[in-house]
Amino acid sequence: MSNVTASRITNNPAYRELIKKRDTLAFTLSLGVLVLYYGFILMVAFTPEILTQPIASDSVIPLGILIGVGVIIGSILLTGIYVRRANNTFDPMIQAIMQDATK
Amino acid sequence: MKITNNSALALLASTVLLPLHSAIAQTAPGAPATTATPTPMPPPVPAEPPLNLHAIVMFIVFVAITLGITYWAAKRTKTATDFYAAGRGITGLQNGLAIAGDYMSAASFLGIAGLVYMNGFYGLIYSVGWLVGWPIILFLIAERLRNLGKYTYADVASFRLQQGPVRTMAAIGSLIVVIWYLIGQAVGAGQLLHTLVPQISYQVSIVIVGGLIIIYVTFGGMKATTWVQIIKAGLLLGGATLMAIGVLLHEGFNFEKLFSDAVAVHPKHLQIMQSVAPIGAKPNPIESISLGLTLMFGTAGLPHILMRFFTVTDAKAARKSVLYGTCFIGYFYCLTFIIGFGAIVLVANNPEYVADLAKSVLTLKGGGSMPAVYLSHALGGDFFLGFIAAVAFATILAVVSGLTLAGASALSHDLYANVIMKGKSTEAQEVWVSKLCVIALGILAIFLGIAFEKQNVAYIVALTFSVAACANFPILALSVFWRGLTTRGAVVGGYVGIFGSLILLIIGPTVWTKVMGMGPAIFPYDFPTFFVLPAVLVIAYVVSVTDKSRSGQAEREAFEAQEVRSETGLGAEAAFAH
Repeated sequence: MSNVTASRITNNPAYRELIKKRDTLAFTLSLGVLVLYYGFILMVAFTPEILTQPIASDSVIPLGILIGVGVIIGSILLTGIYVRRANNTFDPMIQAIMQDATK
Repeated sequence: MKITNNSALALLASTVLLPLHSAIAQTAPGAPATTATPTPMPPPVPAEPPLNLHAIVMFIVFVAITLGITYWAAKRTKTATDFYAAGRGITGLQNGLAIAGDYMSAASFLGIAGLVYMNGFYGLIYSVGWLVGWPIILFLIAERLRNLGKYTYADVASFRLQQGPVRTMAAIGSLIVVIWYLIGQAVGAGQLLHTLVPQISYQVSIVIVGGLIIIYVTFGGMKATTWVQIIKAGLLLGGATLMAIGVLLHEGFNFEKLFSDAVAVHPKHLQIMQSVAPIGAKPNPIESISLGLTLMFGTAGLPHILMRFFTVTDAKAARKSVLYGTCFIGYFYCLTFIIGFGAIVLVANNPEYVADLAKSVLTLKGGGSMPAVYLSHALGGDFFLGFIAAVAFATILAVVSGLTLAGASALSHDLYANVIMKGKSTEAQEVWVSKLCVIALGILAIFLGIAFEKQNVAYIVALTFSVAACANFPILALSVFWRGLTTRGAVVGGYVGIFGSLILLIIGPTVWTKVMGMGPAIFPYDFPTFFVLPAVLVIAYVVSVTDKSRSGQAEREAFEAQEVRSETGLGAEAAFAH
């Protein structure tokens, strides 16, 4: 790797855009996971009655089971969103930047 | 009372690394028993058992297959990259299975099922925390780690910093995590194997495990370790799926029926659906938040997990592997929840499995890690029990192999090759030292496993995950994301993380009060992350910005080149096709 190529990359506005876009997505999704999980934990700590109420009057299943499984599925979905965006948006951007730098 | 409540949480936390023998037994006194008797846990009953032939045959088959893989891998392990990173030829799906396998330890399988068996709904709340670290690894760490590193996460933390001090700090953090994690696994292995095949003593069980992993890792390196892990992950997911299907079949695929049957059988009845804390303990907000932080960021700082990202072909495969891994782990936790409830219905109250029906319909022969094991017997007889027992054994072998390799690479790649020899050793020397370290760590694990047999090891999860969350993770993340980090900031911050969490753990309720018997704890929480992690970030920041040294300035300037490699993969270690 030569420094010339590296500096050509850093001078490319598309590179700055890539970092900005990817960081924005990564931190937004991280925040999403924190909100999901801490929303759940704070309910456990402060409003357990929401979690323990049955889903129907004749059911023993508490709402919390659905919410807990929801947090698991939500986390998986957020990772899915990231991978999809990275495959469809970021990888082509990186490819274009690299091509530009080795021209 | 507050202390007991906190401790109950930590003791339950230990279930993921350890079978519940000690954990549940010690939670019981903290929980005001609503049953008539205070149910002191009887010691595991050595109930004159017949030879568990199915299990033994399946152990032997598994060992034969894995030794075959090791032979295959050994012939293909020539370079250091082969040895540490499986030649970087692992695909996203394979690595997804392998990281899931590293995370789904035998104790996590048996432990969480046991937790659900005792506490019902709470087990789900608890297992959710173990999943949420994975998205964070994906968003912040995985691809950048693959682009920047070679064999260890210290490669990345020290990328533009001074090799000696930063690698030493990172290696100490790694080794503390790896060695304590190993102790937990070794003690669990001894107890489990001895319980399942009582003819094999605790000590012999540990020697078998230690001997096998030395063979796998010294000869087969990361290739053998990864493939053992992949096979085991497949077996574990398959076995757990079969058990869950068996339970649902029994309950006519009706969850309402499963849960109401469990409520009817369990001595705490509806409480198992309505308690958001371990039954008998009160939730404590700060402890819950601290536990959550520890699990979330600790996962992202476990050296044996991070090491897996160097085995894949490129950043894209690293990214995919986390998605696969998260799916497998999330699915697995849903299964353990069904298995735990299935065990309440099919195992509790059954004189074949319960130690003493007159005392408690829940307490099982062999202790708190047995619900899933007995459930397999209730569903599929001796054959299925043998299969699940062999899977649990395979799981321990695979996890211990990964840990040993991670510890050996911290010793050989970080300390020997880069700190002591300052990068002047040859690749062959480095691999040779690494193999010696594998043997040393394997023997150490055997000795520590035997030494800790009767010790109270309930603090191990808190210890390993706290050090990972307070030292390994923040320094890694700062080094990758923050231009301003200098060697001084990284080293001071890292040591504050390591020693801050260790000291607070020692003066906390589990170690100070329970293990050492020194009276009321000085620090009231079991998980120090809530306090230590912010302190590490602040200290690393302050020390870095006040660092006016020339080298500190050069390190800030080197960030740009690091960022190009980290973001685009330019100059990243190439994959080798084999």
